[in-house]
Amino acid sequence: MAFNIYDFTSFNQSIDQALYEWLPPFWALIVEMTIIGLVFLLAYAIVGLFLVYAERKVCAFMQNRVGPNRVGPYGIFQTIADFIKLLMKELVYIKNSDKLLFNIAPFIVIIASFMAIAAIPFAKGLHAIDFDIGIMYVVAVSSLGVVGVLLAGWSSNNKYSLIGAMRSGAQIISYELSVGLSLLTIIVLAGTMQFSQVVEMQSTGWFIFKGHIPAVIAFLIFLIASTAETNRGPFDLAEAESELTAGFHTEYSGIKFAFFFLAEYMNMFIVASIAATVFWGGWMPFHVSGWEGFNHVMDFIPPLVWYFGKTAFIIWLMMLFKWTFPRLRIDQLLNLEWKYLLPINLVNILFMAFIVLMGWHF
Amino acid sequence: MNSFYTYFAEIFRGLKSLLIGMSVTGRYFFSPGQIVTQQYPENRKKLKMFDRFKGDLIMPHDQNNQHRCTGCGICETNCPNGSIEVISDRIELPDGKKKRIIDKHIYHLSMCTFCGLCVKTCPSNALAWDQTFEHAVFDRSKLTKILNKPGSSIIKDIE
Amino acid sequence: MKEIINLPVHSIEEEEYHINMGPQHPSTHGVLRLVVTLQGEIVKKVQPHCGYIHRGIEKMCEKDTFQQIIHLTDRMDYLSAHINNHAVCLLVEGALGIEVPERVKYIRTIIDELARIQSHQLWWSSFGMDLGGLTCFFYGLRDREHILDIFEESFGSRLLHSYYTPGGLMRDIHPNFQKRTKEFLKYFRKKIRDYDKILSGNIIFTERSKGIGTMSKEKAINYGVTGPSGRGSGWACDVRKKFPYALYDKVEFREVLRDEGDTYARYMVRMDEMRESMKIIEQLIDNIPEGDFTAKMKPIIKLPAGEYYQRVETARGELGIYCISDGNKTPLRMKFRTPSFVNLGVLDIISRDMKIADLVAIGASLDLVIPDIDR
Repeated sequence: MAFNIYDFTSFNQSIDQALYEWLPPFWALIVEMTIIGLVFLLAYAIVGLFLVYAERKVCAFMQNRVGPNRVGPYGIFQTIADFIKLLMKELVYIKNSDKLLFNIAPFIVIIASFMAIAAIPFAKGLHAIDFDIGIMYVVAVSSLGVVGVLLAGWSSNNKYSLIGAMRSGAQIISYELSVGLSLLTIIVLAGTMQFSQVVEMQSTGWFIFKGHIPAVIAFLIFLIASTAETNRGPFDLAEAESELTAGFHTEYSGIKFAFFFLAEYMNMFIVASIAATVFWGGWMPFHVSGWEGFNHVMDFIPPLVWYFGKTAFIIWLMMLFKWTFPRLRIDQLLNLEWKYLLPINLVNILFMAFIVLMGWHF
Repeated sequence: MNSFYTYFAEIFRGLKSLLIGMSVTGRYFFSPGQIVTQQYPENRKKLKMFDRFKGDLIMPHDQNNQHRCTGCGICETNCPNGSIEVISDRIELPDGKKKRIIDKHIYHLSMCTFCGLCVKTCPSNALAWDQTFEHAVFDRSKLTKILNKPGSSIIKDIE
Repeated sequence: MKEIINLPVHSIEEEEYHINMGPQHPSTHGVLRLVVTLQGEIVKKVQPHCGYIHRGIEKMCEKDTFQQIIHLTDRMDYLSAHINNHAVCLLVEGALGIEVPERVKYIRTIIDELARIQSHQLWWSSFGMDLGGLTCFFYGLRDREHILDIFEESFGSRLLHSYYTPGGLMRDIHPNFQKRTKEFLKYFRKKIRDYDKILSGNIIFTERSKGIGTMSKEKAINYGVTGPSGRGSGWACDVRKKFPYALYDKVEFREVLRDEGDTYARYMVRMDEMRESMKIIEQLIDNIPEGDFTAKMKPIIKLPAGEYYQRVETARGELGIYCISDGNKTPLRMKFRTPSFVNLGVLDIISRDMKIADLVAIGASLDLVIPDIDR
């Protein structure tokens, strides 16, 4: 097919073969893993830092401000400067804290988000690992982060942190259901959990158009639930600046705080890219069946542009949520999940299954 | 059935109100012309304070290095927190009369609350407000200012 | 009184813990310290501790002349500085029996209402911020800047003006004052719709505020909660209506009352008050008569020996000034009945059995200014 002009599969395979010819298989594997790890680490840092900058700029424009504009042109190096500052800051030792857990917690959070990024396809052939249960893997791994949040709150020996951590626990456990169920709606339509196949199936039309009503509902629910899962406003109860000062990371400083901070933005990126991949076709260009010329033009836009464009749009939506709405209260948050999102979601899956059985989707 | 209806009505009402809120922030996001921030150090040349702005207390001197202060000390007594000290001196005029002149008119900017009583009560309008506002210095003692310039004298017709 | 006496005394029980909100906490708006007894997330008791910004203003007044007291009252409730100044001026003028020129009355009324609007704007901003909507903060401050510019042009400062003096004003208003004020009213009528769109109608906001911190009318009267907070409980306590001063008996305005007594009612009272204030200004701004900007005053003001009391309606409620004079140029004793201090008293009783997030919302809806509490 035409969109294979930007296929990375053969490129990856040639590197793989070259390495295996050059080195013994064990060392070739080690080298490959190191390369992938380094690439992802670099991408992780760049995307994270860029997202922090983007968030500050976006919220500034929404608030009639200009945002960071001192370090570099339009302030693009601001977050790098901030990051260097955080690197050099003192790691404050907390009296009577559980030192082991206190030190481990930020790593758990950041590792959870780092693991999730592995399964996401950026373009054809451009993903670290292509599980046949990719969606389930991402959902499972990204919810590991709550363990880090809970540990951070517990070990800080601070009541604000503890309240924040407990809230976060209740929140993520309940919203995990909605995330899973809304993705399940699409899995019912797609019939597979493998990310590459999910994307491949959308070559004739994105799932949000193919699945029409139930897919749109599932997308909205996924958007709400995933915003809650990433602890972002209006669901940022775990941090709740005006109530709990900074919630679970009140006592963290320096690079450990930066880990929490980066992980929050990376979680947002991961969630947005899952939404883009599952609902909006991932790196798949926009195709309308029958319009061959149009489809061909669309194919020439590189898949990375499609992928990052869609992800950026969903991230922008999440930022719009954060900077518009007041925060929910903890009981309202749980009400929203258990009284509204979950029942609608269950009915929606039934609806979707019915549509798939009757073949009413496009 | 009624509760069923209210359940969905509530959802749609809520969603509508959220969309209205998002339309406001979204509109501002796409209209960067409405940004109100002033770029302070860059606009220093253009920046003009209002002419009544109370930035700093000064004693205006004319081109002959003459001021209007008689050293009566009314500003000192009217100042609520003692940020003005007037040190006056007596000189003998050629016709034998003694006249009071100021030696030093000391103004502590660090203690001033900018209430404006000194300017208002001065009987000879010797004090005025200046519009400078960049008062940051490295040493506190620099905030103590002597308002009459060295070698200055009083304008003749002021009593 | 019965209610106060029957107030259950709360002693700490098992599974309860204390948490210190403040003196450094983002949502106490200053250095108020609240010792909150919590059971999980539920507030069982709130103990306010004041005094972190006590400057002894009442004592300092005893060594100052009446002109000098003005600049101290600026620093109590800095958001309604003009109105505090007005109280001192009215006290002195009333004691000496001075009738200020008509022009002064007009200007004072307009400026008082502008001060009320900018105070409510800042309150709206911080209320939105306390509930987690950070964007509100910037919209409110953006619009408040216009009023501050009007103030700066005429009086030379933006927050602590010391513009009124006993008998009149420091200086005449700036020639641009009327034009700018009218421009602002036109601008703000448009922008206040944004306020409603982004917060008042928002489902999350209404859920967070309706039925939270309900204060009955009896409670409001018992605890002396005045101002918009008291009027949100249906208590008609507006000093501008009950004991009119300046031109408030001549202008037409509605005393905004709501019966619910919850956070949402207090919010809506303030939103409507901004509109009422704009109405008052519109009635006066074109009719400012020509004349002196101050009455003839002696340079040293000595009040006749005796006791005096003057009340005004600040943006937060009733400010009362009680003054004993022994005939000297300084008062023998000054006592300020500041609205924030009295309103703080009700915080404990209306936030019991609410969530900790509600405590923040209730505290914001009472619109406390900490220097006004501690003085």
